[in-house]
Amino acid sequence: MHRTGDLYGHFQTLEQQKETAALGMWIFLVTEVLFFGGLFLTYTINRHTFSTAFGIGSNTLDIKLGAGNTVVLIMSSLTMAMAVWSAQVGKKKLVSIFLIATLALGTVFLGVKAIEYKQKFDHHLVPGLSFDMKYHPTHPMPGDDLTELALEKEEVDKAFAQDPDINAHGQLYFSLYFGMTGLHALHMIIGAGLLIWLIRGSFRGRFTPQYNTPVEIVGLYWHFVDIVWIYLFPLLYLIDRHR
Amino acid sequence: MNNTPPAPDNELPDTHYLNATYGSGIRSWLLTTDHKRIALLYLASVTVFFFIGGVLATMIRIHLLTPTGALVTPETYNKLFTMHGVAMIFFFLIPSIPAVLGNFLIPLMIGAKDLAFPKVNLLSWYIYILGGSFVLYSFGTGGLDTGWTFYTPLSSVYSNSAVTPAVIGIFINGFSSILTGLNFIVTIHTMRAPGMTWFRLPLFAWAHYATSLVMILGTPVIAITLLLVGLERIFHLGFFNPALGGDPILFQHLFWFYSHPAVYIMILPAMGVVSEIIPTFARKPIFGYAFIAGSSIAIAVIGFLVWAHHMFVTGESTYAALTFSFLSYLVAIPSAIKVFNWTSTLYKGSISWDPPMIYALGFIGLFVIGGLTGLFLACLGLDIHIHDTYFVVAHFHYIMVGGAVMGYVGGLHFWWPKITGRLYPESLSRAAAVVLFIGFNLTFFPQFILGYLGMPRRYHTYPPEFQVLNVLSTAGASILALGYLLPMAYLTWSMRYGKVAGQNPWPATGLEWKTDSPPPTENFHVTPEVTWEPYDFENRPDLGLAAGARPLAPAHGDD
Repeated sequence: MHRTGDLYGHFQTLEQQKETAALGMWIFLVTEVLFFGGLFLTYTINRHTFSTAFGIGSNTLDIKLGAGNTVVLIMSSLTMAMAVWSAQVGKKKLVSIFLIATLALGTVFLGVKAIEYKQKFDHHLVPGLSFDMKYHPTHPMPGDDLTELALEKEEVDKAFAQDPDINAHGQLYFSLYFGMTGLHALHMIIGAGLLIWLIRGSFRGRFTPQYNTPVEIVGLYWHFVDIVWIYLFPLLYLIDRHR
Repeated sequence: MNNTPPAPDNELPDTHYLNATYGSGIRSWLLTTDHKRIALLYLASVTVFFFIGGVLATMIRIHLLTPTGALVTPETYNKLFTMHGVAMIFFFLIPSIPAVLGNFLIPLMIGAKDLAFPKVNLLSWYIYILGGSFVLYSFGTGGLDTGWTFYTPLSSVYSNSAVTPAVIGIFINGFSSILTGLNFIVTIHTMRAPGMTWFRLPLFAWAHYATSLVMILGTPVIAITLLLVGLERIFHLGFFNPALGGDPILFQHLFWFYSHPAVYIMILPAMGVVSEIIPTFARKPIFGYAFIAGSSIAIAVIGFLVWAHHMFVTGESTYAALTFSFLSYLVAIPSAIKVFNWTSTLYKGSISWDPPMIYALGFIGLFVIGGLTGLFLACLGLDIHIHDTYFVVAHFHYIMVGGAVMGYVGGLHFWWPKITGRLYPESLSRAAAVVLFIGFNLTFFPQFILGYLGMPRRYHTYPPEFQVLNVLSTAGASILALGYLLPMAYLTWSMRYGKVAGQNPWPATGLEWKTDSPPPTENFHVTPEVTWEPYDFENRPDLGLAAGARPLAPAHGDD
């Protein structure tokens, strides 16, 4: 039975095995860039064509939650890097601690995302499910600021006047919003699964200065997922907000 | 040191990868991580899809025997050519050489025991099977009528065929491609035996490296594009639907951004095969090794820049069209370099007419025709007339069938002795290669003429004056079918009854020929150390070429 840290049969040295694993992960991440890239391209082209509708769409996103999530994710990348470092210097207990911290921060991110998704659902901003961009300003929820909503209604009315198909174009924005953040969230869930696997391994003392490849390559993956969010946040939340 | 003596040439080795048992029969195959067994798993599956695509092609050609087409309804005809394209492109052509020959040979050629990620290799095959199952489900529950190109909004909104399972299947299958490409790139980087430098790699390896670059960069884009089509269909979103503000041309750009490089995924490996066969049967080093290696990379890179030559008639700006036309001419140059180098290799070589050589020579001729007609299509003025006609159909079949499939079948014939340890009947296989060549040309050459005369593609009827050419084409198709059935028959026969091949029957210079046929599970009993240049017939006494043979002509003409 193959044991951790052993050389797999088809490699000559542990060094070769480690180099191979790392190169494999880097190339996989390149494919992921192209994968997300198609969505980013579609988003960019549509934003350019339908800037009014996309501007309104951006405004319905909660910038505080988005920015908060960004900080959470960056911190999780920090804890992940610390986990890799801990493994490299042989501080096994710290490995587990940092991995758990990364997982916790990732879970916070996903939780906030769930809250945001629920908000969209409540405000009838989910494409295909009685989508209506005018819904929220005309149907206040308890706790909403009514003057802000009135301003929103004014803006939305103006936009509807400018662009009669704004609901259709707005649906495009939200399709892309859910598509991109959904795909990102799926990758984070997979990342969380990988972290759980690593945490179990770290409890068994698997990761040493001689053998810490799994931590390193999951770290690469986690950093990539972070970087995708760092592009998503400004694209979805920040551009054209002031219009 | 080596403690297993090599098998004498008239006997198969005692244990090799086929009869090595590490578990009970079928489980040891379905759970194998041996790249050689996985290659055979792929061989079986791609052959199944080849049959399916072939049956669909037969139905198309029979239907087109008469101008009004009496075999199927127009709606069914649309499904026939669509499913033919989907089955052949995604489930036969794209995997064929890389997943069968590439998987089998690359570790052997570089002196490694397996690919870098053997379990990922097995996963690739299972992903292929899963994707294929979705597509077969789609075929069986109403089929597909959108064309293999899935243009929107027909595919995303209006089609009543089973589009969603099909796009899911192709999406899933894309990951099989991606993981295979990833495996090859990492393997070639990190698993080469001592002394196997980059410029000692066989050109087959270079070709697969370039192919893998295209696979990993292009396939994710079609994955996301088809995913969007599926989502649009299920949730009535509007990315590509004009009625909801979407843009069908955006779909075309995203689609062709992958699908053009995809054709290079299909042809580069075949070129790699030809680069192995020609020096072997001209018994000469290949001419311009570095240029052939470099041209593979060049084709991969430039191939990403030409996609919109499929969209000349969509209303793209003249400047864009000019740029894409120019780049399309540019991408032909590295291909032409290869053709010149192969031909120069033949010059003053010692030619033998073994079956793989016939396939390789056929490839060169048919690829030249296919490639040149591609340039005709890339010419803006001409494209206006021949776009969406049978001229296009003939062009891509020359490249894909006359090129890629001949490369695949030729490669199977070249490496069959290594894979199975057996030889196949020589005269019969030579005859079959000629039958294939004749059948192929009879099928597709008339289609150039038909296209030039204006017969549109994807139409179930045609004007009566085109009937003669169509009948010729269908007649050719029946001969072509025979050309494929014959090898399937005798190659299968040879697995049990063929003459034992020995380590190096041709002989050829690659590292894969320095181990048993069939190879042991671990490929080499001792890790080889490479001290020779590729295709160096002169300095390889171990090949057993007759002593006192005429000195080989130098690769660069009359010195």
